[in-house]
Amino acid sequence: MIAFWVLAPIMVAAALGVLFVRKAVHAALLLAVVMISLAVLYAVLEAPFLFAVQIIVYTGAIMMLFLFVLMLVGVDASDSVVETIRGQRVLAVVVGGTFALLLGLLLGQASLGAASGLGDANAGGNIEGLAQVLFSRYVLAFEATAALLITAALGAMVLAHRERLTPRESQADRARARVRAYGAEGAHLGPEPAPGVYARHNAVDTPALLPDGTPAASSVPGIIVARGTGRRAPAYRDVEDVVGTLAGPRADATEETHAEDTPPADGRGA
Amino acid sequence: MDDLTPFLVLSAILFSIGCVGVLVRRNAIVVFMCVELMLNASNLAFVVFAKQHGNLDGQVAAFFVMVVAAAEVVVGLAIIMTIFRSRRSASVDDASLLKL
Amino acid sequence: MNLSSQTLLLAAAEGHHEVPVVDPSAADGVFTLLGLVIGLPLLGAVVLLVGGRRTDRWGHLLGTATVAGSFVLAVLLFVALLGRGEGERQVTQHLWTWVDVGSYQVGMDLLYDPLSALFLLLITGVSTLIHVYSIGYMAHDERRRRFFGYLNLFVAAMLMLVLAADYLGVFLGWEGVGLASYLLIGFWQHKPSAAAAAKKAFVINRVGDIGMSLAIMLMFVTFGTTAFVGVSQAAGEAGEQTMTWIGLLLLLGACGKSAQVPLQAWLLDAMEGPTPVSALIHAATMVTAGVYLVTRSSFVFENAPVAQTAVVVVACVTLLWGAVIGCAKDDIKKVLAGSTMSQIGYMMLAAGLGPAGYAFAIFHLITHGFFKATMFLGAGSVMHGTNDDVDMRHYGALRTAMPVTFVTFAMGYLAIIGFPGFSGFWSKDKIIEAAIAENYVVGAAALVGAGVTAFYMTRLMLMTFFGEKRWEPDVHPHESPKVMTVPLVVLAALSVLGGVLLLGDWITDWLTPVVGPVEHHELAVPVIVVTLLVTAVVAVGVGVAVLLVGRREIPREAPTDVSFVTRAARADLYGDAINDGLVVAPGAALVRGLVVVDDRAVDGAVEGGSGGIAALASVLRRAQNGYVRTYALSVLLGAVIVVLAMVAVTW
Repeated sequence: MIAFWVLAPIMVAAALGVLFVRKAVHAALLLAVVMISLAVLYAVLEAPFLFAVQIIVYTGAIMMLFLFVLMLVGVDASDSVVETIRGQRVLAVVVGGTFALLLGLLLGQASLGAASGLGDANAGGNIEGLAQVLFSRYVLAFEATAALLITAALGAMVLAHRERLTPRESQADRARARVRAYGAEGAHLGPEPAPGVYARHNAVDTPALLPDGTPAASSVPGIIVARGTGRRAPAYRDVEDVVGTLAGPRADATEETHAEDTPPADGRGA
Repeated sequence: MDDLTPFLVLSAILFSIGCVGVLVRRNAIVVFMCVELMLNASNLAFVVFAKQHGNLDGQVAAFFVMVVAAAEVVVGLAIIMTIFRSRRSASVDDASLLKL
Repeated sequence: MNLSSQTLLLAAAEGHHEVPVVDPSAADGVFTLLGLVIGLPLLGAVVLLVGGRRTDRWGHLLGTATVAGSFVLAVLLFVALLGRGEGERQVTQHLWTWVDVGSYQVGMDLLYDPLSALFLLLITGVSTLIHVYSIGYMAHDERRRRFFGYLNLFVAAMLMLVLAADYLGVFLGWEGVGLASYLLIGFWQHKPSAAAAAKKAFVINRVGDIGMSLAIMLMFVTFGTTAFVGVSQAAGEAGEQTMTWIGLLLLLGACGKSAQVPLQAWLLDAMEGPTPVSALIHAATMVTAGVYLVTRSSFVFENAPVAQTAVVVVACVTLLWGAVIGCAKDDIKKVLAGSTMSQIGYMMLAAGLGPAGYAFAIFHLITHGFFKATMFLGAGSVMHGTNDDVDMRHYGALRTAMPVTFVTFAMGYLAIIGFPGFSGFWSKDKIIEAAIAENYVVGAAALVGAGVTAFYMTRLMLMTFFGEKRWEPDVHPHESPKVMTVPLVVLAALSVLGGVLLLGDWITDWLTPVVGPVEHHELAVPVIVVTLLVTAVVAVGVGVAVLLVGRREIPREAPTDVSFVTRAARADLYGDAINDGLVVAPGAALVRGLVVVDDRAVDGAVEGGSGGIAALASVLRRAQNGYVRTYALSVLLGAVIVVLAMVAVTW
């Protein structure tokens, strides 16, 4: 009973957390807390097999699946807290509260009496006892779950499958298309420019600068632009400073150091 | 033996929280989590009843619920993925018309 | 046959009058040609109306030939019927089964008996003459072919009416003549008055037709059959009340078709049609269909004394009504139309008198067919010579300009007023005699009617053929062509000689198998006294007319400062006003009321209901917002209610 009184507040708090946290990942982690606590309660309630299954199947497999999908969908996306359906939140709380209240009333007016306990049923071991019930009285239902799982697996495959509607493009096709685009509208034929590599900055998320100092947008990978995580190119003024700094020594030693100084400047500018 | 009523009260509270969660959360994945919460709450009740009555039928029922929940989660998450793929959103409110 | 003669024997044994039942034998020999009598004009109508312009050149000849063919057949059949014994003069020909519904069967059966035979001769004979006349009369009308098509259609329908052996068959012909009448009254449809007159005739006839169809339905309900054979055999067994209803409904039908009060208003307007149409349909044949119906249904009326009395009352009112209208009209055709109403009133009167009058009704019908056709065609001839002017005040002194027309018209005139020796004298005299024997009031009405008839016909003669010339300046009256005058001469001769049918009581004996022997009521005075009385009354009528019309200047415009009676008569005795006041205005008010009820109550209920539902839907629509969470909320609400129920149950 101690385990219950320790775990019950934690579970209720975690469940309420699922309601209130804004990020889905946090909700998933809180749910995992509830499930593991539940597993412990199963152990308390003389159900060691379900204790294991709860941890392995629920916490291990199902919650992992949830997290997996969350990663696919985007971990960062957090819910807006603004309720769009008028009255939905109030009504939900009122009806849900009423529901809980009614269930509590039902339980309160029913006297369970002393529990029988599973001493006799678990005499030969809990797993053996379960197996006997499962493979005798519930064998048909058990077979049906096999069909259900296979159907679910097939269904998930069908749903997740994406049909290819056009033949796969070969490298030759792509090359041909690129040349055709060049001929039609003068599109850049070569590879995209590399991202910026500076003395101060050397990162894929920073655009390269063109000779006139403007950032070249095409030098940054599209996914970074889409995520909005790209950095801004160094300010124009900054470049001027760099050029000025570079030009200083160059003015002094125009004759002797010209050959040594220019290559790095050229390489950075491009 | 102990009185098992507190377990059932906990089950009822978790179930109700799951209900409210389904109603107020908009992210389809979180809604799904709330559904799982409700299933788990009912599982707790099953296990409690198994102990109360002294036979293993309740535990078998909880086992079946887990199996069904697993299957349901697989299909449900696949559906969420498909919807997300076509409309770049996991909000249940966005799918409010009978068309894409 | 056996049954019929047995019934007659039985009747003789019991010493009271019994109406003979219809019990014909199957057609054989020449009688198998019966269907052809109808078929020929029908074929003509189909060819002319379907053939279109291709038949324009010879259409009128074909139309006349088919009717003439029918006439020849009618004569052949008549001769054949004459050759048979009195008990064998009912022949039926089954053409095909028309209606076959369970136990109710209607064959396309034709019944040829002495009554049909007379009608056949009258219809085909007068029709042939009028067809010939129309060739000349309609010569300048570019739609002459269509006119002959309609005429043929009419003749076919009329023959169907008088030959059918079943009330349903009669109804078929009844509607057919109604249609043909509508088409022919409105033949000059470019005239709004003609179109309106056609519509009026059609609508008023519908009222009568409702009575006719209701009568047929009642017969079907009562007897399970509508054939003459079945109805006549079972007529005595049905209750008197049922028979009274059938009789009254048949009378309503007859009133519509025969222009009897209260359905008389259409006949005067029907004169908008071409004159041959007025002569054929609205004088000689179709309007007598009512008389035919009453006579043919003698087995109904003999079992329904109330209905018979109603027939007599209607007839008396109509014969005076038509005569009074005839006195005031200046339009020559409308005078003749009023006279037609009046004369048909005589026939209905005779038919209403029962076995004492049936034969005389038919006799007068035939003589009237002759002399009225003569006068209508004569009027047409006059109009032909005066640029289609119908106002008698614009005639005068036409006897020299149109001698043949004058002489033939005069024959018709003498016949209708009952100048001794002429056909009308014999027929009308017999009717008045029977009426006086039946009831003095009725007899007096008939007697007065004879006097008034003499007055207005004399007025018509004087205004048209005597006195000063009052012609329009550009009118040069001339005699009509031969093709028109020859039928006039033939009809005039028949008008004069029609009385021979009564020689040796031939016509009453001839009709005995149909309507039974004539009952002779004992008169208080010798027959010769009645005849003299009638002649005297007629002479008075003529004298008054000569005094009032012949001796005075006739103004070219009708005087307006006239007595109330004249004004009323000019307005058709307010027949239209009565119809308007009693039927049209309340009907229109009722319809307006119904429109209001429909607009407010019915539409209001419907629109209010739909509006309420729409409002409810717009409220409920909010529940269907498409958000799955809202639906989940309602599911939870349901779960709460279920738990609530559990709490309530277990508490």
